[in-house]
Amino acid sequence: MRACLMLAARGLIQCPLMSIAAEAPTASFPHRHLLGIEGLSRAEITALLDLSEDAAKLGRQVNKKRDDLRGRTLINLFFEASTRTQSSFELAGKRLGADVMNMSIPTSSVKKGETLIDTAVTLNAMRPDLLVVRHHAAGAVELLSQKVDCSVINAGDGSHEHPTQALLDALTIRRHKTRIEGLIVAICGDILHSRVARSNILLLNTLGARVRVIAPSTLLGAGIERLGVEVYTSMQEGLKDVDVVMMLRLQRERMVSSLIPSQREYFHFYGLDYDKLARAKPDALIMHPGPMNRGVEIDSNVADDPRSVIREQVEMGVAVRIAVLQALARHLPNQ
Amino acid sequence: MNTMQDEHDHRRQHRPLTLVNARLIDPATGLDAFGGLLIENGVIADLGMHIMDGSVEGAESLDCGGRTVAPGLIDMMVFAGEPGHEHRETLATASRAAAAGGVTTMLVMPNTDPVIDDVALVDFILRRARDTALVQVHPMAAMTRDLKGEEMAEIGLLREAGAIAFTNGKTSVADAKLMRNVLSYAKDYDALVVHHLEDASLTQDGVMNEGEVATRLGLRGIPSAAETIVLERDIRLVELTGGRYHAGQISCRASLDVIRAAKAHGLPVTCGVSINHLTLNENDIGPYRTFFKMKPPLRTEEDRRAMVEGVANGDIDVIVSAHDPRGAEGKRRPFAEANDGAVGLETLLGAALRLYHNGEVTLHRLLEAMSANPARLLGLGGGRLAKGAPADLVLIDLEMPWTVEPEQLCSKSKNTPFDGARLEGRALVTFVAGRPVYHYG
Repeated sequence: MRACLMLAARGLIQCPLMSIAAEAPTASFPHRHLLGIEGLSRAEITALLDLSEDAAKLGRQVNKKRDDLRGRTLINLFFEASTRTQSSFELAGKRLGADVMNMSIPTSSVKKGETLIDTAVTLNAMRPDLLVVRHHAAGAVELLSQKVDCSVINAGDGSHEHPTQALLDALTIRRHKTRIEGLIVAICGDILHSRVARSNILLLNTLGARVRVIAPSTLLGAGIERLGVEVYTSMQEGLKDVDVVMMLRLQRERMVSSLIPSQREYFHFYGLDYDKLARAKPDALIMHPGPMNRGVEIDSNVADDPRSVIREQVEMGVAVRIAVLQALARHLPNQ
Repeated sequence: MNTMQDEHDHRRQHRPLTLVNARLIDPATGLDAFGGLLIENGVIADLGMHIMDGSVEGAESLDCGGRTVAPGLIDMMVFAGEPGHEHRETLATASRAAAAGGVTTMLVMPNTDPVIDDVALVDFILRRARDTALVQVHPMAAMTRDLKGEEMAEIGLLREAGAIAFTNGKTSVADAKLMRNVLSYAKDYDALVVHHLEDASLTQDGVMNEGEVATRLGLRGIPSAAETIVLERDIRLVELTGGRYHAGQISCRASLDVIRAAKAHGLPVTCGVSINHLTLNENDIGPYRTFFKMKPPLRTEEDRRAMVEGVANGDIDVIVSAHDPRGAEGKRRPFAEANDGAVGLETLLGAALRLYHNGEVTLHRLLEAMSANPARLLGLGGGRLAKGAPADLVLIDLEMPWTVEPEQLCSKSKNTPFDGARLEGRALVTFVAGRPVYHYG
């Protein structure tokens, strides 16, 4: 299964599971945790997206409340600061009727010297049903999932994965382009440090898109071409005829560590402005996982262009998280 | 000696010019034939046997008397001093020295004050050169901010502004990770990284080659390993990144061996050597003569022979003058306290021809290392005799004997290690974009 996915991700074979996509979405998500996009089949991803579509409708109703998670406890455990992901999970949990508790670094025991495992064991003793975790170390969420009885959702682990971001990106694209298969998607910027990029590469490849990555060589990551992407170091070349432009956030630390020389040079060569955007298809979508650095990776006017779906991404974020919670709720052990 | 730079000459050169009765040598193609060459609108319009006096209507004609016409020399390492050290040299005076030496293109190093690490300074050099220099000038930019070896400079923007290559001046970047990032990042802009090779911790307070001579003189030595260690590290980083790398100057056999091995592996690695390290050795320092103090230091005779061999068989790609003007205030000091560096633009060709006259290196190889190869590395249009190539040319008298007299040098600074040397062969006329910018005598 994993081997099949990896091959599919490399574009070598079509995933044979695609035929299952016709099945009812409710039966198609057999996992207890959502730790990453890796390991998910095309059918499972499609099922989650279909479920998210319904949740998006719910989000636009006057009464947004359901009771799928009534009596359940959801803990948001954020070892790394987050605004939109955390609030979006909180809202999703509340809309489904769960009790939601937020724990973030300043209030956690980590500062007092407790290890990640100890924290997990402590939290487990409180008998939560769902644990949403963000951690600065790659693999930390999976490690934690082995030590608890509840369902665990990865809300970002280091530079590894951020599966709900990739799902909400896919949902946003699908709503505008009706499909993912065959689209050319360019992911631009700090690929090396981006969990968003990794999850998106996996997901988009699984759904049959052509994925390009565009970045200076210092921000690409060794062997990136083996992940099933076309690699470009020039925006002018890489953006040619793309259907979707996904920008990534650039962090200041990249300058300090001399991976790039300066913000102005970065914006000149890699910032999305109208000149570079002109190389993409005229109806190309402009995306950004947020928070944006206007004038660093994206021109302020481009961010507000009618083709920009950045705000819709936030809306779809809530929908996708509702869908993920619903899908996992069906497998909660004490059902 | 006079330089022809007045408006009159410029205008007159709009007429076509034929160089006839010449031995045409083009190291880029191996051409070595008698014939003529037609210059029109600053480029070589035609060349060959059929071009002779009167063969082109309305053209002026210069009879070369069977002497050699070759591509003008391209010097990849010139410290010009402008901005900041104009008392030592300006772009104008360096370019006069270049023209007098048959050098039609010079790359100026970013060791200026302020350091050339910003687009505005690249622009400054290009404009000053356009307004004051007789020859083509290309600025090399700093690859780290202020040449400090701490943060990467704006390589992309500098390249767009016209920086032809990137260097850390007279120091090596000690931080391997930074060097890796620079090579990796520069590759995206197809920018050549030209590195100085010197492990500062091994050099410490060394002032000349480590060995018997230094010990006798009581001077602190610089082991050749200080150079080779950095080179070996850099080669590993080139392997990792694929960046185009040029060792600015090598000076010892061990470094040459490393270069050979890297080339055999197919890595994008090239190297240069200074004219000083091809023609002088540590013994020339004699009684503490500071004009022979330079970085890298003059090495042993065995190393010098290795350098000559390297040029002869093509393992060393480029010969530079390493022109580094220093005033009396920097040189009239005890050896250990004196400045490094020697002027070289005017003596480059004559000194190089020593190797030709004593049969160590062919004329082709020498000219190739001073024109065709630098042009290829830097992506310049010159460095060849071909239709459509810029008419940057030098008319050389290969046999003419002359004596280097410091007061006669065009350079503002007179710190030449060839003081009083008798050389054989020199530039008679130098053309830049078809215009004669120098006439001997």
